[in-house]
Amino acid sequence: MDNIAGSKSSLGWAVQISVVLLVALWLFPTVGLLVSSFRTSDQISSSGWWQSLFPTEQNLTLRTADPDDDGAQQLIDGVYTVSGNLFGEAGDADISVWGTSSRAIDIYTPGDTAELNDGETITVQANGDYVWTSPTELSGRGQRAFVTAETPPDFTLENYQQVLLSDNATDSMAKAFFNTLTVTIPATIIPIVIAAFAAYALAWMDFPGRAILIAMVVGLLVVPLQLALIPLLKLHLDIGIGKGYLGTWMAHTGFGLPLAIYLLRNYMVGLPRDIIENAKVDGATDFQIFTKIILPLSFPALASFAIFQFLWTWNDLLVAKVFLIDATGETTVMTNQIVELLGTRGGNWEILATAAFVSIAVPLVVFFAMQKYLVRGLLAGSVK
Amino acid sequence: MHPALLGLVTIVIGVGGCVGYFYFSNLVLDKFIFPAKGTDAGRNINRANMVRPWLFLFPAILALGMYLAYPVIATLWYSVSERQVIDGEQVNVFVGLANYSQMFGETKFWEAMRNNMLWLIVVPAASTAFGLLAAQLTDRIKWGSFAKSLIFMPMAISFVGAAVIFKLIYDTRPVDQNQIGVLNAVWLQFDGGIGSFLILRLVPIATLLCFAALVAYTAWLFLKPLIKSQGERYNAWTLPLRVLIGLGGAYLIFLSFRSILSLLTASFPYGEAQTWLTIPFWNSFFLMIVLIWIQTGFAMVILSAALRGIPEETVEAAIVDGANPFQVFFKIKMPQIAGTIVVVWTTITLVVLKVFDIVFAMTNGQWETQVLANYMFDKLFRANDWGVGSASAMIIMLLVSPILVWNVYNARKEMR
Repeated sequence: MDNIAGSKSSLGWAVQISVVLLVALWLFPTVGLLVSSFRTSDQISSSGWWQSLFPTEQNLTLRTADPDDDGAQQLIDGVYTVSGNLFGEAGDADISVWGTSSRAIDIYTPGDTAELNDGETITVQANGDYVWTSPTELSGRGQRAFVTAETPPDFTLENYQQVLLSDNATDSMAKAFFNTLTVTIPATIIPIVIAAFAAYALAWMDFPGRAILIAMVVGLLVVPLQLALIPLLKLHLDIGIGKGYLGTWMAHTGFGLPLAIYLLRNYMVGLPRDIIENAKVDGATDFQIFTKIILPLSFPALASFAIFQFLWTWNDLLVAKVFLIDATGETTVMTNQIVELLGTRGGNWEILATAAFVSIAVPLVVFFAMQKYLVRGLLAGSVK
Repeated sequence: MHPALLGLVTIVIGVGGCVGYFYFSNLVLDKFIFPAKGTDAGRNINRANMVRPWLFLFPAILALGMYLAYPVIATLWYSVSERQVIDGEQVNVFVGLANYSQMFGETKFWEAMRNNMLWLIVVPAASTAFGLLAAQLTDRIKWGSFAKSLIFMPMAISFVGAAVIFKLIYDTRPVDQNQIGVLNAVWLQFDGGIGSFLILRLVPIATLLCFAALVAYTAWLFLKPLIKSQGERYNAWTLPLRVLIGLGGAYLIFLSFRSILSLLTASFPYGEAQTWLTIPFWNSFFLMIVLIWIQTGFAMVILSAALRGIPEETVEAAIVDGANPFQVFFKIKMPQIAGTIVVVWTTITLVVLKVFDIVFAMTNGQWETQVLANYMFDKLFRANDWGVGSASAMIIMLLVSPILVWNVYNARKEMR
């Protein structure tokens, strides 16, 4: 648009680079979480995730095989020998210096032989192969070796196994995942059904008080749901629903309705009047017009609200905390579980990162798959 | 029953119930109450059509009334009453403004108010500015829509997820270990040399100066008609608003210059890993970054659509008349998207006023990061003090209500 009038944009490259930087800046945090979720706890706490993408020089504390293990110890030429590889199996690691004491971790180079107590010796090669010998029979745990090594990027799926499949009650997200799903799906569909009928009435039916109702819906759009917490919790307790799924669904329905009605009404008003009038002339009832004509035509608006409501209910913490989660914690949702993990396992980044990524994966998929509708909905009803 | 199965059953019952309600209520209305046959067929059809809108609206009105309208009134009542047990029964007794005065006496409340005001200024301003920048830049390149969807992506991430993401960024390790938080890793690169001076002092000062200039310009726009009122007429009703904006602008400019001064004189603890979330005052900004990160995409999408909606002729005409890119942007484009900027700004303001999850998950209001929504949650569910909790909820409602009135006013105007 700015190239007209002959001034060819000389800033083209500058724009490209700024956008790349901006996108990188915005992606960086999420990528960090994703990468961290594939690293072991040791890896996470010993180096930043951005270093894990390249071979890095790390100080590692490794251990030889335990001499007591079956077949680990062999008698070769009169000396007891344990041999193997410090990294478990020979990989691409490259040891630059090593030591046998934490106070002197860099006194030997690969190929050197270190003298230990009682005549024991240990030789470590650059790739991690070691030979540990002793004139007497070895026992106890393996010998420690402190190595400084160039290690290649190394990722694992262990965390996901731990978070998704293990039976560990605090770490396992499987139950919370299903609970979240149980909250989300009805809480997305029910308001759509209710709002679609109401929106049709507000858009195409003539009755006294319509304008006031529309104004009320617009007003309720911005009412903070914080106000509703106590009165509704009290109401739920009084009428016997208590804390549970039913109350949560109803609360999400109530809180989502204004936006739903507003979005759908705005969309339905824009539908051509002729179609509806023709159908009326042909003898269709309002119910038929609604289900056979309006609903199919309103699909884009329905989809955009569905995405909103889905993201909102999936990501919600407050409503779940107040209306759903009771003392037993059986009905915990993922957001709540993550907050609890932050408290109990604040240092265990591998579990936290994986749990968080599990919880944001589904919304991300929905987001990228249905972005078109999301944007359309935003543009139509950017009030909430 | 397995929760998944339970969920499935509920979906079927809930959705089926809803659809069934609409279907059968219409059926009953048309076939039995006002049947469209017999002697009064015409009158019955009319009657049925008078009732039908309410049939369609009934569930929505019920839900809206019960879940949004009633709680506003109930919360208002709780905020001026106190729970007492009389004759073994729990009742709420009117206590006037006692809850409010108790709340106003708490330092935590004022801390929350102060932080909320900071949030209200910084987050919408930064999100809108970044959004505008991103929209301007991405609209000019071929892979713009791809870049947009990546910047927009945090929108799908929950506040709690974002809190974890940013906790990793702000993480601190003891001195003798590798820093695994990006911020500390970057921070340790600064050593007090010329680079540190440039990035940590000059860039922020330049940013603050830009901000001050922008505020001054905006305030000037509002005050201009008052000072030199030749020919330009303004509505007398807006006088207090204009003066208020002028005063607020002057205060913000004063704040910026004070910060510049303190930036110049402050000494930074170079080479020491910082626990970012425990540094009073600044930690609020580290929390705000999370929300800015999320909301920028939203601002970008809306503003980008608005920028594209600008008629090209106006831009062309300006360029032909010799306007430079800055003039085109500030004098031609900005006025045309001003309405959209207001919408974006108010929308983000609403989000900010309700922000709870981020603070709850990251600091829980410790180290002077309290905000109103979290303060309220604290009062309601930890201190179990419904009176003060409801009073703080009413404060949030009070802060929201100008936007509420403005929205309703606009909606009514549009409908006419």
